Amino acid sequence: MNKKIMQVDVAIIGAGPAGLAAATRLRQRGVDQVVVLDREAEGGGIPRHCGHPPFGMREFYSVLTGPQYAKRLVAQAITAGVRVLTRHTITRLLKGGELEVATPDGLITIMAKRVLIATGVRETPRSARLVTGARPLGITTTGALQSMFYLKGLVPFKRPVVIGTELVAFSSIMTASNAGLEPVAMIESGSRITARHPCELLPLFKGVPLLLNTELEEILGVTKVEGVSVKNTKTGERRLIECDGVIFTGQFTPESTLARMSHLKVDPASGGLHINQFGRCSDPAYFAAGNILRPVETAGWSYREGRSVGGWIADDLERASSLIHDPEVTLICEDPIKLVVPQRIISGQSGGFTHLQLRVCRPVTGELIIENDDKTFWQKKISTLPERRILIPITDLDYFEGTKSLRVYLKE
Amino acid sequence: MSSEGGINNGCSRSDHEVFDVAVVGGGVVGCAVARRFVLEGARVALLEKGEDILSGASKANSAILHTGFDAPVGSLELECVQAGYKEYMEIFKDFDLPILKTSAFVVAWTQEQLARLPSIESQAHQNNVDNVHIVTSDTLLKREPNLSRSALGAVSIPGEFVIDPWSSPLSYLTQAVLNGAEVRFGYGVSSGQFDGETWVLKSATKKDISARFVINCAGLYGDQLDEALLGRSEFSIKPRKGQFVVYDKAASALLNAIILPVPTERTKGIVLTRTIFGNLLLGPTAEEQDDRALASVSKKEVELLKNQAEAMVPCLKGMPVTATYAGLRPASESKEYRVFEYEQKNWITAGGIRSTGLTASLGLAAHIYKQYSKMANFLVPLTSVKTPKMPNLAEHKQRDWMQKGYEEIVCHCEMVTKREIDNAFASVIPARDLSGLKRRTRATMGRCQSFYCSARLAELTKDRFIDDLSVDVSGEEHE
Repeated sequence: MNKKIMQVDVAIIGAGPAGLAAATRLRQRGVDQVVVLDREAEGGGIPRHCGHPPFGMREFYSVLTGPQYAKRLVAQAITAGVRVLTRHTITRLLKGGELEVATPDGLITIMAKRVLIATGVRETPRSARLVTGARPLGITTTGALQSMFYLKGLVPFKRPVVIGTELVAFSSIMTASNAGLEPVAMIESGSRITARHPCELLPLFKGVPLLLNTELEEILGVTKVEGVSVKNTKTGERRLIECDGVIFTGQFTPESTLARMSHLKVDPASGGLHINQFGRCSDPAYFAAGNILRPVETAGWSYREGRSVGGWIADDLERASSLIHDPEVTLICEDPIKLVVPQRIISGQSGGFTHLQLRVCRPVTGELIIENDDKTFWQKKISTLPERRILIPITDLDYFEGTKSLRVYLKE
Repeated sequence: MSSEGGINNGCSRSDHEVFDVAVVGGGVVGCAVARRFVLEGARVALLEKGEDILSGASKANSAILHTGFDAPVGSLELECVQAGYKEYMEIFKDFDLPILKTSAFVVAWTQEQLARLPSIESQAHQNNVDNVHIVTSDTLLKREPNLSRSALGAVSIPGEFVIDPWSSPLSYLTQAVLNGAEVRFGYGVSSGQFDGETWVLKSATKKDISARFVINCAGLYGDQLDEALLGRSEFSIKPRKGQFVVYDKAASALLNAIILPVPTERTKGIVLTRTIFGNLLLGPTAEEQDDRALASVSKKEVELLKNQAEAMVPCLKGMPVTATYAGLRPASESKEYRVFEYEQKNWITAGGIRSTGLTASLGLAAHIYKQYSKMANFLVPLTSVKTPKMPNLAEHKQRDWMQKGYEEIVCHCEMVTKREIDNAFASVIPARDLSGLKRRTRATMGRCQSFYCSARLAELTKDRFIDDLSVDVSGEEHE
């Protein structure tokens, strides 16, 4: 069987906000052949099934719903001359920008001068959370519920329990409310919600009890969900909550399996690709942008990140010596710092990401320090929660030649 | 009129028919028994109380094709495992079934275990598995570079392989149906009468089934069926729960062979193996329980399992987990298979078929037929046999998405196409619930566990399942 070969300047994997923004920017910069590949039947990414506002305020200066925003992103890219190829599934990433792609018309190979990986994130489902219980019908994630309801008008249950309090958990309450469901409780193991104030007012407003200091112990039911058993982490008191469904929200994880199965370096801390401040991966033909880099940011943030990395790919294609490796400093984070992105910085290069992005594993207060064996480069008192964005200006890190790695840690 | 059998096909000639054999239970043993009897020329009805085959013990196992190297010398289990192995090797190509020639190592992690390797080797030789031999830790680590350096040595079993635990039994029953067997789902046998020649089997909701002979393959309920219909049981089932962890596909590159522990008296222990679907499987635990239906995963046990696996293969640390599940093995008070013939009652019971059932099923079916032929009328074997070609789900063979015209990929993690889903509904034994569809296609069994595909899947399967994936919120509440 002779496989069809397609040659392009830049191939972008994932038609979500980051991928489409990058594609548009590349075309605007004059890059000729830009294709965006998506495995779904339609481009637009996760916003396609976030049926409520606000999206697009900074990108399009208007308040849009997710589906409207997704359509605008696709239209903008197509107008700019981007080819958006849906139902194209990348099956392998090969060295130097060669992609194996499955399409309904057969397998093809795409040879790209540069590849941008923008495959985003998914929520951690029940099984990967190792939750006790059988496997009845009626267990889902926010994303699954939203796509069922907003794309197909279907719902898997009527009275679900919502697990978690990241921003997306409140989005699932909005979705439930729009779908006519009656969530019976929202459960958080911590003593405060993870999302920012005033999110906690939403369940109150919708009449959904918010149970803090409460841990999910077990899902009950054999064929269908019949309830959950929860435990108060302070008092140890257990109780049963009757429900017919469980929505696991958040605990986003980068969709990085393609990279894990390839030659590219994956950062165990972020679960995403190991990049430098230009979004470049360990194979110089590959870049990454958007939520594949770190769980989790908003669509708007991913859009801007995609746009930036798109610009740097255009710069890179213009430069003759683009593939030469400059010396890089590697950043290594230590618990309770969960991740730092980018993980590598080329010394003395201007441009690229202006900030390091960090997250912590648990609620912390202390001195955030970046140092090597000899010198402290940056330090600041912080008090923060998991999933909160922490930014450190890269220009503040006045490191010198010869430094190979920097520790990023917290003195509590 | 074709000789094909059918699935619940309403009013058919079978309503008043007296079958030669009723097989009670659609697990791997029941499927293999139904096939064997059909091939030998019997009119067979298979009665399954679930909505699909493999709804009980057979839905969860480690999918290993065993050589029998460690089975008790001279046991029925050994005989059936080895006959089953041989028959599988003879037929798998005809059915287009996959086989992953992994080989296995029984690895010693302590001096005590190391001292037991020679007895494992000699037992294997006694069982006529001649190519089993002891290897040094150097050889082991050369073959399995991702194993922990603390491995002290191993027994190599070149003939242990990995197969598809669901497509295989499905193929057996599909062949049975293609050649005339009838299958009834949702048929829980509750009582029955035997008049000296014919059994009339009754269920709460379905029509009676008449058969001259009954083979009890009811797995976790085998002892209860004997008690209900014969008035006594020679054994009692003590469900043994096994919890499993499935690691994401990236992890399967970490091992070549199946990694077995030095077994204990009670259990074959915790296995690490690649699956035919390209994942890495860890498990099972062995936990006694009374409940025969509920197989619950427990966070604590799964975490213990993971810790043990990470001690054996350190690179597993941080590897994403795709799924966790639990199954029940129909263990009994004895390690040996519990096969009983009741000549006065035209009845054979195959009980207590534990971990080795997947391999042994074909051999056990032949054994049961042999016992039957001593007790019943002579049958005339089929001369022309139809053999189904099974859709391939194995990662190392050509999958459906590699061929054009698949329309769309519905489940992206497992690369399941719409064409495969349509085929699962149109097949000889169609999927009737989500579990059945999962086993026939792998839809939703990947790392996202339906984050991406549940909407499309709910749409594609609407009104085709016994329990819909979606509920109706527009109409009245109906509990």
